[in-house]
Amino acid sequence: MLLAKLSEASGISGQEGEIRATIRNEIAPYVDEIKIDPIGNLVALKRGRTGKARVMLAAHMDEVGLMVVGFESNGLLHVDSVGGVDPRVLVSKMVYVGRNKLPGVIGSKPIHLLEREDMDRATKMDALLVDIGAKNKEDAEKLVKLGDPVVFATKCEPLGDGFMKGKAFDDRVGCCAIIEALKVQHDFDLYGAFTVQEEVGLRGAGVAAFQIEPDLAIVLEGTTAHDVPETPEHSVSTVPGKGPAIVYMDRSWVGDKRIIDRLVETAEAASVPYQFKRTVTGGTDAGRIGLTREGIPAAVVSMPCRFIHSPVSVINLSDFENYVKLAGLFLDSLDERGLPIDEGSCKKTN
Amino acid sequence: MANTKKVCGPGAVGQGRHLMGAERGRVMDTKQAILRLADARGVTGYESPAGDVVTALFADIVDEVRRDSLGSVIMLKRGASPKPSAKIMVAAHVDEIGMIVSKIEDEGFLQVRMMGGVDRRILPSMEVTVHGRRDISGVIGAIPPHLQDPKDKDKSWKWEELVVDCGMSAERLRELVRVGDVVSFDRTGVELANDRISGKSMDDRAGVAVMYECAVELQKLKHDCDVYFVATVQEEVGYGGSITSTYGITPDIGIAIDVGHGDMPGLPEHHTLKLGGGPAISYGPHVHPHIFSKLKEIAEERGIAYQVEAGTSPRGTDAYAMQMTRSGVATGLISVPLRYMHTSVETLSVEDVKKSGQLLAFFASAVDSRFREGLTCF
Repeated sequence: MLLAKLSEASGISGQEGEIRATIRNEIAPYVDEIKIDPIGNLVALKRGRTGKARVMLAAHMDEVGLMVVGFESNGLLHVDSVGGVDPRVLVSKMVYVGRNKLPGVIGSKPIHLLEREDMDRATKMDALLVDIGAKNKEDAEKLVKLGDPVVFATKCEPLGDGFMKGKAFDDRVGCCAIIEALKVQHDFDLYGAFTVQEEVGLRGAGVAAFQIEPDLAIVLEGTTAHDVPETPEHSVSTVPGKGPAIVYMDRSWVGDKRIIDRLVETAEAASVPYQFKRTVTGGTDAGRIGLTREGIPAAVVSMPCRFIHSPVSVINLSDFENYVKLAGLFLDSLDERGLPIDEGSCKKTN
Repeated sequence: MANTKKVCGPGAVGQGRHLMGAERGRVMDTKQAILRLADARGVTGYESPAGDVVTALFADIVDEVRRDSLGSVIMLKRGASPKPSAKIMVAAHVDEIGMIVSKIEDEGFLQVRMMGGVDRRILPSMEVTVHGRRDISGVIGAIPPHLQDPKDKDKSWKWEELVVDCGMSAERLRELVRVGDVVSFDRTGVELANDRISGKSMDDRAGVAVMYECAVELQKLKHDCDVYFVATVQEEVGYGGSITSTYGITPDIGIAIDVGHGDMPGLPEHHTLKLGGGPAISYGPHVHPHIFSKLKEIAEERGIAYQVEAGTSPRGTDAYAMQMTRSGVATGLISVPLRYMHTSVETLSVEDVKKSGQLLAFFASAVDSRFREGLTCF
């Protein structure tokens, strides 16, 4: 399964080499041009039949993870988070260190030697060390370099009744949806942008949008879904099983109403279930794309993912199917009905 | 003995020989044996899958295998003499810490609580297996940073917040899972650098592997005493298996093999053992002084690097249970250095396991009736 392959590929922000190569191999047979820009974005072009408009789909390739920042004298590695990683999810986990993916583990003090109140306190990043089996600092330095990436060692596999678990669904689900979309030719030129460094401040997307200069952009994201017991309803964000989430705003941006309306109409016409994201926390690449050049109309379609930014997140597979489908149907609607931004807008027309 | 089941007796060699290896008696390399044992499931009180792995592993190198009524696997390696010089019981526990289902939530998640000592801080993002009507995979979720209240970030999550997501509706969960079903950690052990390995349940499958190494060594060594290797159950909740199996065997000497805290930053040096520093020979009220001295003497004689672990508390291992059984048993304790005890990434050096097994084998072959008789001379 393509999603499993993308989920298991490594690529913390700034070190997206493996995931970039994986995606490049996947799309090569379907696209007309592939370009990698100076900061590492992978931009693919699928030429349209008329090519009178440019449409951009964006998803970030990078994932949250850790980076090696130091060595203990006994050979254990100090790490720091890349992107938003809560240190509390790291205790007792397995990771891969460096490009050669050396196995490592993050241990903790044994319960036998703790004070009772220690267990009520969160473990701090400074106390979370990666053990790769090195005997001392010199030994560790032979195997690992400062700055080496550390990714979660999580297999992507089916879970329960129609769910899937794995790491980095944020935003490999979006990458997967773009790869599917690039297989279909439209009237307009379709650009697939697989962006870098979203998790450390939306750094790649604006750069990609500047080069593409699209008439319209859709960001395909993975977003929070926290429907576990005791969560206040307003914090649930999205609910797995209720379809892809259309986002009207987030911390970084307000969605283009015309595109949002078209997404809703498209979903309803095809009876594709959808929901609106109910929280406005977190930012997305749309925040950068929307403010690029003189402004680019953009919208976000998000995939509900439980437990994102942790070693293991969970998605509903029918949501995922509908997410990929909605993206495809939206592009079809642009062929059939034209770009929604042309309706009563002063933007340039075809 | 009542209620015991003979799994494989003398002459039944070949049973369970689906393990690899051509050399007679040597069925599996030490590292592979530890990993295979550690990956097997056996939450306290529900040890039978792990017990089956033990039985299969030892089948070809011991003379008798049986299970007692609590489930401990008792394996006898007979001595050369028709009148054995002593009965030595070696105990390593086969149970592991885990969890138990305490509630099925209407939203389709499971509440769990600990079985044995679990620091709940290891649970966020842990993958688990729920042993329901069938085995079901689950994930213990963590609230993403985006939805957290920043003032909670220094607190650990409570048990109530650490629910298991099986990707199923409450209705379906109720068909497959009941309150009281056990939950084990999903972890396949891995090899790290320098012949170190990491995984779940090294506490105390590493001890079981030490017994295995010892049994393999004893194929080559002459020993007059009968050696009973016991994979004990329910150690993590109070040494149940060790109490009952010692009663059944009535040994002259009892040696417990367990794990001791390995060195890591943040722990005082006097509380830890050096990983790769060799077996730790334990001393304290739970150990007979003659056995302590004999183990050290043999290690020195055979050039086996060792460490001494001095512990003042009698509790914590099967040695404590053996010591007080029937009219009393002279006990010893060998500890394998282990980092991150009671997590799912318990880490050890394979060499320490090998050396512990060798030390134990040399000890068993050195025990004669004089040594046994001397145990009451203080």
